[in-house]
Amino acid sequence: MAHEQAHKLAIFRGNLKFKSNVSKIWGVFVVLSIITIIEVALGILRPDFLVTHKFLSLNLLNWIFILLTICKAYYITWDFMHMRDETVGLRRAAVWTGVFLIAYMVLLILIEGDYIYEVYKHGFIKFDF
Amino acid sequence: MEATVVKTGTEGKTWGGGNEPLKASYGKMMMWFFIVSDSLTFAGFLSSYGMSRFKFIDAWPIADEVFTHFPFLHGVEAPMYYVAFMTFILIFSSVTMVLAVDAGHKMQQKKVIFYMFLTIIGGLIFLGSQAWEWNTFIKGDYGAVETNGGQIIQFLDKDGDRVALADFATSDTGGRVAQTKEKGIWFMQEAEYKPSVSFEQVKEGFLANDNLLVRLPNKDEHGQHIILSREESIAKLVNDGNMVVEGANLRHNEYGHPLFADFFFFITGFHGFHVSIGVLLNCIVFFNVIIGTYERRGHYEMVEKVGLYWHFVDLVWVFVFTFFYLV
Repeated sequence: MAHEQAHKLAIFRGNLKFKSNVSKIWGVFVVLSIITIIEVALGILRPDFLVTHKFLSLNLLNWIFILLTICKAYYITWDFMHMRDETVGLRRAAVWTGVFLIAYMVLLILIEGDYIYEVYKHGFIKFDF
Repeated sequence: MEATVVKTGTEGKTWGGGNEPLKASYGKMMMWFFIVSDSLTFAGFLSSYGMSRFKFIDAWPIADEVFTHFPFLHGVEAPMYYVAFMTFILIFSSVTMVLAVDAGHKMQQKKVIFYMFLTIIGGLIFLGSQAWEWNTFIKGDYGAVETNGGQIIQFLDKDGDRVALADFATSDTGGRVAQTKEKGIWFMQEAEYKPSVSFEQVKEGFLANDNLLVRLPNKDEHGQHIILSREESIAKLVNDGNMVVEGANLRHNEYGHPLFADFFFFITGFHGFHVSIGVLLNCIVFFNVIIGTYERRGHYEMVEKVGLYWHFVDLVWVFVFTFFYLV
């Protein structure tokens, strides 16, 4: 076992194909680096338009950061951890479990945090002194 | 023992054992499920950070203004560059790890050794960077004053540049007096927390220097901290000021809300602990590769399993990086 395994060598939904697993690894490294550079550049510049405009009470800049992060997480899991080559069953058992539980928890906890913020702000507790 | 059942009669059938319906070995699958549970742990930490941040959403420190240092570039404002460097170190050590796994599949012992070595070096550089980052964060930078309500107020000059407490606090009067046994009551002890200047000195220096303003932790709609006028600044400092804060610890944090420092220490610390464990596991596997354990075993799956863990550590850092330094 575990000799030359069959790797799936295409990324971007099959639009970018690599000749060998090693060249795919370097390709994914380039993708991750580009995403990180975009994140860092946006983090330093913080364009005012993206900070002041909001979508679902989160500003656009933060949406971009979170989406780029999920992109990076996808490529690390799929290509570095070889999730792309695992069976559908293993992939779903690991990824869906995590994604659904985490999404649910984050939603509830952030709503609760925002509620406490409102109480502090409009309630009778004075903490700003 | 004739009563002992030696054969179950199911060998070679579906329930006879030894099946791999997910086409992954026992060890690899267990590593995956460990990763799932550990990612839930980190998700718990990060979402509790999110909750505290949402509670104090308009008074949270701006990470860009907290992490502005780069080694050997003293006094140069370099927001984000250092964490970006740390991120690249970790991503690159992930690349060398996956190259080691790939070389393992091809049974190339020399290449596995080389790439594992690079991975370990990357991990050590990351840990060193994190130690430096913690040290800079704990030491602090400009100093601030904490109000009676626990707010952190910072000092600026009229151009909007930060001013360090030591630059304007008067040094001759009102300095901190050490508490000794013969002064005061028996239960009074020397304070645990000893800033280099006292609050009285800061107040006097602030009143004497017309060029100084106070900045609140609260933010306007552009995400920038609110700066008070000179009169408001004096009123704020004199009426509400309580103590001097220098650097960050678990109780006080000169950069803003104390919870920011608490979560910073806890989450980056827990991640750093994972990295240290990863380096340790990598070292064990590295020496096993050198002495040829996996050559004799006929496969390098151990490299793959430890690789999964190492990539997971990288994956967590991607999220820590976003939620601590970017968002």
